[in-house]
Formats: sequence, structure tokens, C-alpha cells
Amino acid sequence: MQTVLARAGIWLVVLLFAVIAVAAAADGGFAIHMSIVALAALIGLWVSISGADYAGIARGILKIPDEGRYDDDPVRWGVIATVFWGIAGFLAGLFIALQLTWPVLNLEPFLNFGRLRPLHTSAVIFAFGGNALIATSFYVVQRTCRARLAFPGLARFVFWGYQLFIVLAATGYLLGVTQSKEYAEPEWYVDWWLTIVWVAYLVVFAGTILKRSEPHIYVANWFYLAFILTVAMLHIVNNLDMPVSLFGSKSYPLFAGVQGALVQWWYGHNAVGFFLTAGFLAMMYYFVPKQAERPIYSYRLSIIHFWSLIFLYIWAGPHHLHYTALPDWAQTLGMVFSVMLWMPSWGGMINGLMTLNGAWDKVRTDPIIRMMVMALAFYGMSTFEGPMLSIKSVNSLSHYTDWTIGHVHSGALGWNGMITFAAVYYLAPRLWNRERLYSLRMVNWHFWLATSGIVFYAASMWVAGITQGLMWREYGPDGYLVNSFADTVAALHPMFILRAFGGLLYLSGAILMVINVWATILGKLRDEVPMHDAAYDPQADRPILAPAE
Amino acid sequence: MNPHSTYEALRHLADSWGLAIMIVIFLSLALWPFRPGARAKNNDAAQMIFKDENDGQ
Repeated sequence: MQTVLARAGIWLVVLLFAVIAVAAAADGGFAIHMSIVALAALIGLWVSISGADYAGIARGILKIPDEGRYDDDPVRWGVIATVFWGIAGFLAGLFIALQLTWPVLNLEPFLNFGRLRPLHTSAVIFAFGGNALIATSFYVVQRTCRARLAFPGLARFVFWGYQLFIVLAATGYLLGVTQSKEYAEPEWYVDWWLTIVWVAYLVVFAGTILKRSEPHIYVANWFYLAFILTVAMLHIVNNLDMPVSLFGSKSYPLFAGVQGALVQWWYGHNAVGFFLTAGFLAMMYYFVPKQAERPIYSYRLSIIHFWSLIFLYIWAGPHHLHYTALPDWAQTLGMVFSVMLWMPSWGGMINGLMTLNGAWDKVRTDPIIRMMVMALAFYGMSTFEGPMLSIKSVNSLSHYTDWTIGHVHSGALGWNGMITFAAVYYLAPRLWNRERLYSLRMVNWHFWLATSGIVFYAASMWVAGITQGLMWREYGPDGYLVNSFADTVAALHPMFILRAFGGLLYLSGAILMVINVWATILGKLRDEVPMHDAAYDPQADRPILAPAE
Repeated sequence: MNPHSTYEALRHLADSWGLAIMIVIFLSLALWPFRPGARAKNNDAAQMIFKDENDGQ
């Protein structure tokens, strides 16, 4: 009873403060955000009062978690949230691709490109990717430590707190509340909230590792831990801001000018390196061996992969600032470390792919393995393209063009998307105790829709980027630039249509995933011809009769 | 020490002793699983994720 009272009390205090903040708000965006916080506190209050087991409390029965079972509720919620935010993010992406093609779709002011673009990037990276990382990390750390999740209450706080962060960030972009730093757009109070949630995440994850029954910490957990720790450091340093008012949404950063730019891209590139690479590699090192039913090709290579990524990635950020006010030596340092990153990245890709050595037939027979192989292929492709683009002379052509957008998407759609889909398909039947997925054939369709979507996306952006770069640098005999900016935009129009078509294919594949996961949760099994079987023809299965004389 | 000389000092530390120490730490960590007798440990670690599939059977 006391804990029910204490919880209700905390919610009431939060509610009170949120209402005061709404009343004192200096701007409309802040007032709306504090209303959302108040609403969240109200829901929390209602759940903790109505959800309490009063009959049990009256009889003095205390609910003790069953240590003999894994704590999978937050993982189940996380899988659903991953699928939900994935659709939201892909839909926003398709819409802004159409806006670039047909500017009439810019619906001022809330749904213009400038506000929807961070909504898209944050939805796919932090909402879709972040929920996938939190859910899979809670699943993997329990299985590899053979221990139940530490601090179950805190784990639930991490899940719901992270969803609140997503809602605050997304609504903020639409309202124009942004600090205008790429991938770090949320304003100061949302940043503080994420810091609290993230520290709780670290406590739950590290706490589970500490109570493990297995002596060895499996390499996937190294990658998850590196991801959690580094993202905490990056997030805090890049968001050292001074709010104008404690009741207003505006803040100013501590670092100015080129220092600010360097801190931002140190953050930005390591968000790629530790959020989108280390975290998803953790998924790869657990789910690929499990689905292939073979151990990782070389455990030693995975250790080298780990330490090389940790030591090299952190220095690569300056390649985002080639030919700017950043000192030349810093640009060169960023370029050199980016090029060196190619080797460990390919080491990791080879390690993942070679895990299938001796079981390559699974690529043909198992669509989930096929997704994993495609994810690794795109990991290899984009970790080759990245170092190449970071070389200064290549960058002078590619920078600020759509080539960069194509590069990001071959990594994000190909590597992060595919490995996440594969993990979701792996987890769904296991988490809801189903015999198998609703339909493997739909996974196959998802695979082909997603793959052809990426091909359309990446190919059109290569053509667009190189066209753009060449047109920008073209001089006439009189020494003047030949093309105006609008000329290049007109030249790219067909490529933008193809890109939007690729996005449509990718989104259609993801909708198949929604149906498949939904039906799996409901316990349905689709009546379908199995994906693979040895040929059998009952007509031919008989002896040859001797011809009649 | 004025701010500029702090920058110079840190910059020179970074490309001499700092760099050397980082390389030594990196090499020791990366070569650690190659130490003699580690092969069995690595194989066990790689197989560990399959243990839960045949517990109690």
C-alpha cells in the first residue's frame, strides 16, 4: 500500500509542477510540451492507482518477480514500439521525398519540409532504431547473462520515459521548437529528460551484467555497453546549453563558431558510429549466430572489431567539416581515421558473413537469414563508401550533394533497417510463445520490396549527387559558373521521383511486417506452401510397368 | 600559461606520448585474445549463446 501511495504521490508532484510550468510558460511551444508532460503524469497516476492489486495488498500478498523466468514485458512493448515508430518514420520519409519532388506538398507552417525532415530522421534513428536497441539489448543481456533483468521498475521507466522523449521531440519539431543541430534538435529540457532516462538505461543494463550467472560477458554485450556509455557522453557534451528562461523552450549552446561545429560533428558522426553501428553490431553478433544456428566465425575477430571501432570511430567526425574554418590538420586527422575505419568494418562484415560458412543454403531457404546477409552486405558497402567520401578530393565533389543522402540511406535502410527487421522476425514468435511466424512468405516479400526500394533509392541518389556536384563546379570559358542552383534542381527532378518510388517500396515492405507481426501476436498461422522442401511428385513415385507385348 | 600555450602543449602531447600510449593500449587489448591458451576460452565464449537451447535435456 505504501508503494502505491508513494507512486501516486510522485505522479501528483510531477503533475503539479507541469501545471505550474504551463501557467508560467514563456512561449506556446513550452506550454504545449508541459501539457504533454502533465498528461503523461495523469496517465501514470491513473495506472498506478487503478492497476494496483488491492485485494492482494489487503491479504498481505507481495508480488515477487519469478527469478526463474526472463523479464520480457519491456522487450515485447519495445518490439511493438519499434514496428509502430518504423512505420511513422518511413511514412514521414516518403512524404518529405514527395515534397522535394512536388513542392506544392509543403503545408505551411507545421508540415513544411524544414519541420518534417528532423521528424523523419529522429523517428527512424531514435524512435525506430532506439526502441529496437533498447528492446534487443534487454533480450540479449538476459539470455547471454542467464539472469533476469536487474531493477524491473527502472526498466519500465526506461521504456516509457524514452517514448515520452520521442513524443516531446517529435511535437517540438512540428511546433518549431529546435536547437537546429542535426540529430540533436530537441531543446534543453528534452535533453535533460533523455539524460535521466539514459542513465536509468545504463543502470538496468550494467546491473544485469553484474548479476550474471555466466562468467564470460558475451561480445554483443560489449557493443551494447559501448553504445550506451558513448551515447551518454556525446549527448551531454553536445547539449551543454544555457536556457534563456526556466519556463521557456529557447537555449543557447556553450560552444560557438568552429568549436561548436566540431563538437556537433564529433557528436553527429559518433551517433552514427555508436548508435547506428556499435548498437546494431551487438544485434548482429547475437541474432546472426542464433538464426544460423552456428557460432560466430571468429570470436577473436569480433574482439579486434570491437576495439578497433572504439579506438578509431571517435576521431572520424571532422570529415563532416572538410574545406571549412576547421584547421587543416584536424580535417586531415578526420579523413585518415575515417579511411582506417574501413578495415575493422570489413573485418566485422566478413565475421558475420562467414558465420554462414557451411550453411550457405540457408540464404536460399530462410528469408530471415537472407535479410541478415543483405544487412551485412549493406554494412560492408556503406563502410566502404563512407571512407571513400571522407577523402578530401572525393568530398569536394560529393559534399552538400545528394550523394551523402544516398550514402546515409544505404547504411540506414540496408544495414540498420534490415538487421532490425530480421531481429523483429526472430523475436516475435519467441516473445509471444508462438510455434512460428504468421507467414515466412511475407518475410520473403518484405525482403524483396525493401531490397529493391534501397536499390532505387541509392542508385538515383548516386546519379543525382554526381550530377549536382559536377554542375556546381562547371566553369564556362569566361570564368563564370555555368549553372545556377535552380538549374541543378531542375536537372534532378527525375531522380527525385525515382527516390520517392524507392521509399514507397520500402514502406510497403514494412507494412507487410506490421501485418505479419500483428498476426503472429494474435497467434494466427497462415496456411501457406512451405518456403523450401525437397521435390516430391506422387504421380511419378511408382514403378515403371513393362510395356504390354 | 596563456590559452594559446595550453593549446600548443596539449597538441604536442596528443601527437607524441598520447598517441604512443593509445597505440600500446589498443594493441594490448586487440592482441589479448591471441595469448597462448586462449583458443579454448574463445571457442567456449562463441558457443555460450547456444547453451540455453539444451539445458536440462
